[in-house]
Amino acid sequence: MNNLDNNNQLTDESPSEYSSDRLLKRQKKEKRFQLLGKLSVLASVSFLFILFISIIEKGSSAIRQSEVLLSIDLSTENFRQEVLMDPKKIRGSELNKLTRNSLIKLFPNVQSRSDRRMLYSLISSGARHELRDRIIQNRDLIGGIISVWLPLSDDADMYLKGNIKKDVPSNLRRFKDNQISWLDQLMSDGLVRKSFNFRFFTNGDSREPEIAGTLGALIGSFFTLLVTFLISFPIGVMAAIYLEEFSPKNRFTEIIEVNINNLAAVPSIVFGLLGLGVFLSFFEFPRSAPLVGGMVLSLMTLPTIIIVSRASLKAVPGSIREAALGLGASKMQMVLHHVLPLGMPGILTGGILGMARALGETAPLLMIGMVAFIVDIPTKIDDPSTALPVQIFLWADSPERAFVERTSAAIMLLLFFLLTMNFVAVLLRQKFEKRW
Amino acid sequence: MEDSIPKMRVENLDVSYFDKQALFSINLDITKNNITALIGPSGCGKSTFLRCLNRMNDVIDGCVVKGKVELDGSTIYDQRIDPVTLRAKVGIVFQKPNPFPKSIYDNVAYGPRIHGLANTNSELDDIVEKSLIRAGLWDEVKDRISDSGTSLSGGQQQRLCIARAIAVNPQVLLMDEPCSALDPIATARIEELMDELRNRYTIVIVTHSMQQAARVAQYTAFFHMGYLVEKGATEKMFTTPDDKRTQDYITGRFG
Ligand SMILES: Nc1ncnc2c1ncn2[C@@H]1O[C@H](COP(=O)(O)OP(=O)(O)OP(=O)(O)O)[C@@H](O)[C@H]1O
Ligand SMILES: [Mg+2]
Repeated sequence: MNNLDNNNQLTDESPSEYSSDRLLKRQKKEKRFQLLGKLSVLASVSFLFILFISIIEKGSSAIRQSEVLLSIDLSTENFRQEVLMDPKKIRGSELNKLTRNSLIKLFPNVQSRSDRRMLYSLISSGARHELRDRIIQNRDLIGGIISVWLPLSDDADMYLKGNIKKDVPSNLRRFKDNQISWLDQLMSDGLVRKSFNFRFFTNGDSREPEIAGTLGALIGSFFTLLVTFLISFPIGVMAAIYLEEFSPKNRFTEIIEVNINNLAAVPSIVFGLLGLGVFLSFFEFPRSAPLVGGMVLSLMTLPTIIIVSRASLKAVPGSIREAALGLGASKMQMVLHHVLPLGMPGILTGGILGMARALGETAPLLMIGMVAFIVDIPTKIDDPSTALPVQIFLWADSPERAFVERTSAAIMLLLFFLLTMNFVAVLLRQKFEKRW
Repeated sequence: MEDSIPKMRVENLDVSYFDKQALFSINLDITKNNITALIGPSGCGKSTFLRCLNRMNDVIDGCVVKGKVELDGSTIYDQRIDPVTLRAKVGIVFQKPNPFPKSIYDNVAYGPRIHGLANTNSELDDIVEKSLIRAGLWDEVKDRISDSGTSLSGGQQQRLCIARAIAVNPQVLLMDEPCSALDPIATARIEELMDELRNRYTIVIVTHSMQQAARVAQYTAFFHMGYLVEKGATEKMFTTPDDKRTQDYITGRFG
């Protein structure tokens, strides 16, 4: 390469052989070509930039959630005897009553039933769960009065975030004028705050956007990827090693090769259907489980890993193989001591990129029922669960305004994990390269 | 090759790559404790022949070897012969230096390690040091023994490959143009080494340098277009060759 460049320069500078006219023309052409390249890079970068900006713009407000400070009367006379013995027996309706009473104390003028119902709906219906958790965790609270920050409803939250326009007539709005005035009063009393939306990271899914979180989906994705990796990586690498280093080159292996390439091009939903037909209907594995999701996704990533691994093994120079064999290494020693370690950075990079693709995959998971509404956070690989991209799909489909920002926030989370994985791939590659 | 016992014997060897025949019924004895030089114009099949002697051609796609090759009287192209054991006995240094992308130490230690030639680390250190000394590389690398083998210059890499090959302690050493990347001093060192190794090993060397063949080899074989044209004692080959082609080649009229 260097030699060539030098030669070019030499001829550039010898006008006896090349007229300066021709030289100028060529340099111009070169410049134009480079400009085209620069423009292409700019275009792709700006697309990416626009994507990020729009997602961040929509999703960043989900970082904060509006809460209201209520003082709740937990005097013993508010509880049934049974509950006093065992707080776990407390009912949702009883908890609702506690918060409602505290609201009524703040707004004694609200009398009519319909108005009261509207007043109550300022508070998230998920507030009772948080109250319940508190009482169960610390039963000494019973008998006193406690002040707690409880989540406001999604409509109130949206109003505070400026997503509900006041110029729309009150009856066409989800958040009515009187609700606005109550909320304003609460604000002027300093009882409203926007705090970090930890619920988004610690809760499972919910019908109520203000308490819906991504933890369930995250853990579901984690289990799914774990299964995918454990199945597809060893099998893929082993298959690649065999095909690349050991298998005889004949008709049969050629057919296998072609079919692996074909398999890599199969749309992922087809693997989902296969999973539905084989894993669920025939083997009767549990529905909606990361176990099956991982199996389906490993079918999808397996051909990719085989192809990438083969390419990395092929890139190891033949002279290294000769050197090892020439010293009396067996073929297995040659592969394990030299070829595989040298190919590993590429294999790992391919593997992680394959995992990243599996992380973002939605369609096959829909087919095997990982699209269900699941509140509980999975703890085993055969618990019903969903995955992060499916969660995004579900939320994007929800009518509530507040799910819009949560959808974008979940996309940010997904992108964060994808970028992290790519970053890890780069790091791993560098680490391995240093060793050699 | 009348007085010595042949260490290796090649009879009616035909080699072809796919449909193209590269060697045509070669007959050659490699005598023990001697250096045999293979000379001939580029592409005549010297490397191919050399690789037949330790079955390195087994792993080349489309390479078919026919004929008989014997080591110490037993044929090496045999189902019962394990090519891995054979290659430990018949070592090879390739035309292009191909160090492992590992440390200099690990490069040399690799062979002894896989063959279990050293029981302790200090024994291994010993083998590595001795091999590097004999290959004339020790003084240059003793302070950077854990640097990567690929960080060495081309000539140093070639000597590293030689050190790596002799560390296994083979009976026969095949060398494919081992000095093509070396300066005269290093070349002299390698030639000295070969002469010294000759006491214990049998050496086959491919070279393009007539002077080198004349200097180091007791026997010489001249290849031309896949045929073994002439073989015999080096002195006779270089003074009174039988074949006109040999004469032309060694006097530099072609090739
Ligand atoms: N792997 C291979 N596949 C196909 N043909 C090959 C292969 N290796 C060598 N050949 C052919 O076999 C013939 C002999 O090659 P070989 O490498 O043995 O020559 P050589 O005498 O060593 O040449 P040089 O002095 O240039 O190294 C050449 O015509 C070459 O094209
Ligand atoms: Mg050659």
